[in-house]
Amino acid sequence: MNKEYSIIIGGAAGQGSRKAGLLIAKIFSQLGYYIYIYEDYQSLIKGGHNFSQIIASEKKNPALKSELNFLLALDQNTIDRHQKKLKKDGLLFFNSNKISAEGIGIPADEILKECDGLPIMANTALIAGMAKGLGIDWELLRRVLEQELPKEKDKNLIIAERAYNQAKQIFVVEKTGSSICDLMTGNEAIAQGLVKAGLEIYFAYPMTPASSILHYLASHQKDWGVLAVQPESEIAVASEALGAAYAGKRTAVGTSGGGFSLMVESLSMAAQAELPFLAIDSQRMGPATGVPTYGAQSDLLFTLYAGHGDFKRFVAAPSNAEESFYWAGTLLNLAWKYQTPAILLTDKDVSEGTFSIESELFKQIKKQEALLWNQKGEYQRYKITNKGISPLAFPGQANAIIKSNSYEHNEFGITEEVDKDIIEAMQNKRLVKYKAMEEEAEKLPALKIFGNQNSKIAVVAWGSTVLTACEAVENLELKLIQPILISPFPKKQMQAALRGVEKIICVEANALGQMAMLLEEQGFPVFQKILKYKAELFSVEELKEELQKII
Amino acid sequence: MDSFNLETNIQNTWCPGCGNFGIISAFKQAIQEIIKNGFSKEKIVVVGDIGCNSKIVDYLALNSLIGLHGRSVVTAEGIKLANPELKVFVFLGDGAGLDEGIEHLIHAAKRNSNIKVILHNNRLFALTTGQFTAVSPEGFKSASSPFGTIEEPLNPLKQMIVSRASFVARGYSAKIEHLKNLILAADKQDGFAYIEVLQPCISFFNTIEFYNQKVYELAGHDISSEAAALKLASEWEYNAEGKIPLGIFFAKSRPVFETKAYSFIK
Repeated sequence: MNKEYSIIIGGAAGQGSRKAGLLIAKIFSQLGYYIYIYEDYQSLIKGGHNFSQIIASEKKNPALKSELNFLLALDQNTIDRHQKKLKKDGLLFFNSNKISAEGIGIPADEILKECDGLPIMANTALIAGMAKGLGIDWELLRRVLEQELPKEKDKNLIIAERAYNQAKQIFVVEKTGSSICDLMTGNEAIAQGLVKAGLEIYFAYPMTPASSILHYLASHQKDWGVLAVQPESEIAVASEALGAAYAGKRTAVGTSGGGFSLMVESLSMAAQAELPFLAIDSQRMGPATGVPTYGAQSDLLFTLYAGHGDFKRFVAAPSNAEESFYWAGTLLNLAWKYQTPAILLTDKDVSEGTFSIESELFKQIKKQEALLWNQKGEYQRYKITNKGISPLAFPGQANAIIKSNSYEHNEFGITEEVDKDIIEAMQNKRLVKYKAMEEEAEKLPALKIFGNQNSKIAVVAWGSTVLTACEAVENLELKLIQPILISPFPKKQMQAALRGVEKIICVEANALGQMAMLLEEQGFPVFQKILKYKAELFSVEELKEELQKII
Repeated sequence: MDSFNLETNIQNTWCPGCGNFGIISAFKQAIQEIIKNGFSKEKIVVVGDIGCNSKIVDYLALNSLIGLHGRSVVTAEGIKLANPELKVFVFLGDGAGLDEGIEHLIHAAKRNSNIKVILHNNRLFALTTGQFTAVSPEGFKSASSPFGTIEEPLNPLKQMIVSRASFVARGYSAKIEHLKNLILAADKQDGFAYIEVLQPCISFFNTIEFYNQKVYELAGHDISSEAAALKLASEWEYNAEGKIPLGIFFAKSRPVFETKAYSFIK
């Protein structure tokens, strides 16, 4: 049995439970555990109930569990909501000056008073008390606090030391022996992947759960030499990105479904004008404003078909930080290679979830140069070539006139409405390119397969449901297929993955079963769907139970 | 490549006598002067929108991007931000700039993006065969307002002045030399420039006689005064009344968006 701990820290918004959750994750990460943090919060600034659930496991990419080993309560509400999830031998740590409960009380307010601390530092006291309770070395705790709380470092250390010394050790969390990984959110990984693939300008209008990409890039503008720009709307974001791409700069834009709706006209323009365009859609529960701070996987069909006119696009859906990094970078390179729209389809619990990430991975993505003009002859922006890809040149290039156009156009980029042969030839040129994109998709690691390779039942899951599905199929000896690159659909890879499989079960966080619809459309009949659409992630226990009912 | 030749030899599809001919003449003359003064033609970009006006881009042998309806201004901002060394001129109509995409004009002015916007103002949608826009006169009868519009027109010059454009001017397509000089003045001024060009649509709203009687060229106006500019812009509210001033209403430099944006990473 692998060692794994499931921990919740909760409090009202403004009490700092999110940062505290990260501190706990860092402590376990330093002991060699792999991490996943799930963030739960509502659309409010103060009050309400926020919590972070940390899964720390010996196994890579751990999934969310229903049960808890440890619960840390900053307020009574946290106990009321989560105490029932504690295992029989689970431990409750709480601020004993605020709450009366059975468990390990830490007099956080008293300690703060003695040390002249700020109310937010109750977190520090609680974490230090927990650390002692779990037999975690003071030096390790001190190191983590120093790194993570640089602003009020000294005061936090005094508070931590006092709480640590007052508490009793009742348990021992052992080191795992694995090497220590960095922790990164899905959105941070996206930003890193984009930068590695040569991002030069990021445009975004604030929208949960994509905003932290903008925040992260904005705060690192100097370090990475990448501009982070916030125009007046998503319409402006997408249009400006297209203008910048025309002028030769690698751009990306980020939003959620509602903002992506506003970008759709530009997606279509990117196809017609053959401008590289990468949009990140971090899904949240819709339709419309929906449940804005909770996840869902309901934009799949939207991103696959968005945009007027006939065109193809790349769409990839990562399930963790490593895949977010890899596919953000890969899609940016592909958008430039094929001068085409691409969409990174992530979801709230990948975007804002925190994951362990192996630093080796960062070597996997490099900027791949697009096809550039050889400066011979007269430049034609839309020159018909055997692969359908016309060499790029950018304004400022000597001896070239670069005409790009949202109208159908001739090879020079001049509007064409009269000559129907030219109109057909340009559409054919793009069809050739789409064919090349389909071939490229089959060469990429578009699918992953987990679990029992010989199982006659295959579960298909994508995005944030993959972590959970992975553990659930392991227990049940089923096969799991994870489509990551979803458009162009890697049909050959899917056929190979399904060899010997008799039944497909689709697991998705949406109400209509959108991946199931896509599989059916591609000629892969789906036996059953397990759908969850209550603004909550599947837990491993829950999914196992659902799967057992079917198999 | 002949730097001074700006012809593309594409068949021109504007109606004979269209005000756009005056605008393209003035623009070509201005660009030839800019090139003559040593600026490289390859660093000039013209951005089109959708409408009769934007066909101008196809008729110019210059780098160009034709965007989507209403989005030309913000697309041009992307070009300028990507490469601030480029000179970026935008052509759009009143439908694009004052109806579909007015937010982009306001924000481009407010953030002072260093692009030069030339708005062909024929005061209706022409290419879609005649509907009213934000600057059609009240009571204007069109395909979509058969009983006359029930909306009062917007005053875009006032809008641009209060949105803090660095340069605000009005020209007339029949006054080519005057318009050329406005374009050159806008080019010299750092920051966001808005030039409105009164452009009669001879097919759907022929205003030639009206403008010929109403327009006058400014003299002795203090272009650094926002209050004076607003007062001047109030002389004509886009209805039948008032005289119509032509010239530079307002010009004042302030720091440019692109320069400030790059200051974070340089």
